Amino acid sequence: MERSTTGHGSFGSYLIGFVLAVILSAIPFYLVYTHALPAQQTLLVIGVAAVLQILVHLRFFLHLNLALTPRENLLAIAFTAILVFIMVGGSFWIMFDLHYRMGG
Amino acid sequence: MSVAAAEADREAERAEVHEQRALGFWLYLMGDAVIFSLLFATYAVMVNNSDGGPTGRTLFSIRNAGLETILLLVSSTTFGFASLAMRAGSRAETMSWLLLTFGLGLAFVGLEMREFYGMVQAGAGPDRSGFLSAFFTLVGTHGLHVSIGLVWILILAGQVMAKGLTAPVTSRLFRLGLFWHFLDIAWVGIFSIVYLPGLL
Amino acid sequence: MLGKLTLEALPLYSLVAASGALVTILGGVAAFILITWLRAWRYLWTEWLTSVDHKRIGVMYVILALIMLLRGFVDAIMMRAQQAIAMDNGGYLPPEHFDQIFSSHGTIMIFFMAMPFLTGLINIVVPLQIGSRDVAFPFLNSVSFWLTSAGAGLVLVSLVIGKFSTAGWTGYPPYSELEFSPGVGVDYWIWAVLISGIGTTLTGINFVVTILKRRAPGMTLMRMTPFTWTSLCASILMAFAFPALTVVCAMLALDRTLGMHFFTNANGGNMMNYPNLFWIWGHPEVYILVLPAFGIFSEVVSTFSRKRLFGYESLVYATAAIAILSFTVWLHHFFTMGASANVNAFFGAATMIIAVPTGVKVFNWLLTMYRGRIRFHPSMVWTLGFIVTFVIGGMTGVLLAMPPADYLMHNTTFLVAHFHNMLIPGALFGYFAGFMYWFPKVFGFALDEKWGMRSVWCWLVGFYLAFMPLYFLGFMAMPRRLERYEVPEWQPYLIVAFAGACLILLGMIMMGIQIFVSVRQRNKTRDLSGDPWHGRTLEWSTASPPPAYNFAVLPQVRELDALADMKTRGVAYDRPDRYEDIYLPRNSAVGIVLGGFAFLLGFAMIWHIWWLAAVCGLGLWVALAVRASDDDSEICLTAAEVAEIEDQRFELLATAPRLEDADDQVAFGTPLTERPT
Repeated sequence: MERSTTGHGSFGSYLIGFVLAVILSAIPFYLVYTHALPAQQTLLVIGVAAVLQILVHLRFFLHLNLALTPRENLLAIAFTAILVFIMVGGSFWIMFDLHYRMGG
Repeated sequence: MSVAAAEADREAERAEVHEQRALGFWLYLMGDAVIFSLLFATYAVMVNNSDGGPTGRTLFSIRNAGLETILLLVSSTTFGFASLAMRAGSRAETMSWLLLTFGLGLAFVGLEMREFYGMVQAGAGPDRSGFLSAFFTLVGTHGLHVSIGLVWILILAGQVMAKGLTAPVTSRLFRLGLFWHFLDIAWVGIFSIVYLPGLL
Repeated sequence: MLGKLTLEALPLYSLVAASGALVTILGGVAAFILITWLRAWRYLWTEWLTSVDHKRIGVMYVILALIMLLRGFVDAIMMRAQQAIAMDNGGYLPPEHFDQIFSSHGTIMIFFMAMPFLTGLINIVVPLQIGSRDVAFPFLNSVSFWLTSAGAGLVLVSLVIGKFSTAGWTGYPPYSELEFSPGVGVDYWIWAVLISGIGTTLTGINFVVTILKRRAPGMTLMRMTPFTWTSLCASILMAFAFPALTVVCAMLALDRTLGMHFFTNANGGNMMNYPNLFWIWGHPEVYILVLPAFGIFSEVVSTFSRKRLFGYESLVYATAAIAILSFTVWLHHFFTMGASANVNAFFGAATMIIAVPTGVKVFNWLLTMYRGRIRFHPSMVWTLGFIVTFVIGGMTGVLLAMPPADYLMHNTTFLVAHFHNMLIPGALFGYFAGFMYWFPKVFGFALDEKWGMRSVWCWLVGFYLAFMPLYFLGFMAMPRRLERYEVPEWQPYLIVAFAGACLILLGMIMMGIQIFVSVRQRNKTRDLSGDPWHGRTLEWSTASPPPAYNFAVLPQVRELDALADMKTRGVAYDRPDRYEDIYLPRNSAVGIVLGGFAFLLGFAMIWHIWWLAAVCGLGLWVALAVRASDDDSEICLTAAEVAEIEDQRFELLATAPRLEDADDQVAFGTPLTERPT
């Protein structure tokens, strides 16, 4: 029926996705709640957990699959990722550079 | 051409139309991702622009953010179950999971509106500082998307009830699913970039 | 009840403003009277306004573009006139009015002339070139058009009710914030751009899916026409760049309407983020404008040199490279905002790199012409004029790409000359060439070539006269957007520039005459075969105009230049033994309804008429929901009906004069030796 963005889930895969997502949310929340680690490291954990959780969502909820997903959809998300990197990264570089030169 | 062959052709055409619509909607989501990314970038650039006013440390509640996170995550799962029921062809089960998703999403929006209301009452509205403008716009845009999703769930639930799980209806449900899961991904970004770092 | 709207909004404060309003109103009234007199309302509604046919929508886009070209040009010639006389005096335009004019000139030309023009041509041609019956989302196509029109409508209304922005077409804060622009002008600008921007984003998505998913059997990506390739890349840019414009305009709107502080002076605003976000959109935008034109030039050069395009593959890669690189150069629009040398150098280098693939294309076009059998159709002359002129502008671009040089020339007339040197030959000449090239396909008769040539020459010479002086003025330190000045040395150049604008006006008048004359003599220039130029691509295999379904039987593609290949194999005009039923999308009024609500919503937001805004917002959602629940959206053309239409096509084809010097192929088109009458 809907072949796009690949295969479908199963009850099991949605549950696995849910559990993984809960874990990947709980860890950063817990660290911030308890201030168990220094700020720098906590931020790193938050970042890594976020990226991993997004991958979990893509795989278990959106069923993105390198083998089964139509090529156009994969290309679209890859292109978007590159663009986001350029736009956000470029904006950071520019705006923080300007901020520094403004005596900030 | 025989009637059967013509019907098979129409089936194939309908499948193609569904594929095209799914790709089109996916491209729209990619554009939405660009919008959110730029809102995130703006937030990051302005996070310290509180103009001597309230900051995340005083305004954000980890309990609230945690609750909202769970609500959205569970709602994504319940939507997944709705998709399974849809594929199994069960009208009643699809409706139940859809309405459960709606309830969870409504609770999310309720919590968020309460949070916003509280902040505005405390003099920390979007017009107080650049930081708050960025916060309200980023989180508010997400909330607006969720609200639109809620209306969409109701409309499709109505269609499921009235027309059953026809090809156009399941095709639309599929796209709503893409939308709903995408919004959960955006929320992961929001608690990771806005709430948690703000509370550190 | 009516928010901020009062009688004071009428432009009775100046004769010039009142005249502008009057002309706008009279134009609208004249159109209304004409349609009523022709009793054409029903026809207009059922055949055009509610149409979801890409060919009809495309024509409406082009008509919108031509109307807005006139409107935007009036701005231009008013500015040229003012600058020609305002040496040590105030001229005839007060500063505030002059500022509105340069703001609306840029806004109109980019958003409501160039974008609709290229979108219209893409709409008409691409589905035909890929051998498809329609675009992927015909209804969405209609919505896109009506949203664009709603934006144009807001700009036109600003001439009559209220004032337009004085913040330039880029609307930089803090000047565009409430503190310094308390009136409605900037709000008109924001809503016109926001609403039409959504239309464009949808068009981008529509054509990416159309081109990727609806090509005829056998048409691989590397067998697509150059115009389709450039349209694909432009569509990708539309889909991915316009979200940035939506974000930045929405933020400015939030600042102005809800008192937020994204870009304000005080309360932690960061006004430098505006140019950053704006140009993240703005640079890809100029490639959206230019790439389809490059595609048109490729087609025209190939057809009128009777030769396949040289270096097709390198052209495709160059186009893709330009599209991707266009996202990496945006800071060159604000070198002088003060970033450090490293940042400026990176973007400067990227800007110089992006000139390279365009250079590759120029060589491809030149080498296509080399040893070709050239026919100087007006479209070909547009192309030749473009190649020479655009290269000059490109070189000034590479000069500006050096930050230290840009520091001297940013915001001088040198910059104004540079970007007009890019956009007029690079984009507008391309659209004109496409317009004259594909006109017979759309309307079934060709445009008069004599008046076409006259128009080209007026435009070409006029362009040089109007803009080359601006380069010199830039070196003489004249800033842009000056309403008056005290440097006598500048005036002679500005007078020449004004003369150039007058010559361009003449060029436009000649285009008008061309259309008039062509309609009058259409029986003499009928395109009986559908292929007036001995074309190489699929659109020329259909009748002129094509039937609603484009192709009764989808073509089987074996090679690049599909039609040329079919002619060589002798199968271009084979008749199928039987036809099938064809399903076409039904017309829909929801597109124009959405456009109407969007227009009113914009107007209500501008004038703070909150109840009206709420009603329109609701209306938009209801209309969408109604459409989203509509499953009965097709009509069926039976095989018998299709056969009848096709029979007529082949009857007409039999009367079409064959081409003699067509290398033993069955081919049509005006022979090379025949001089245009």
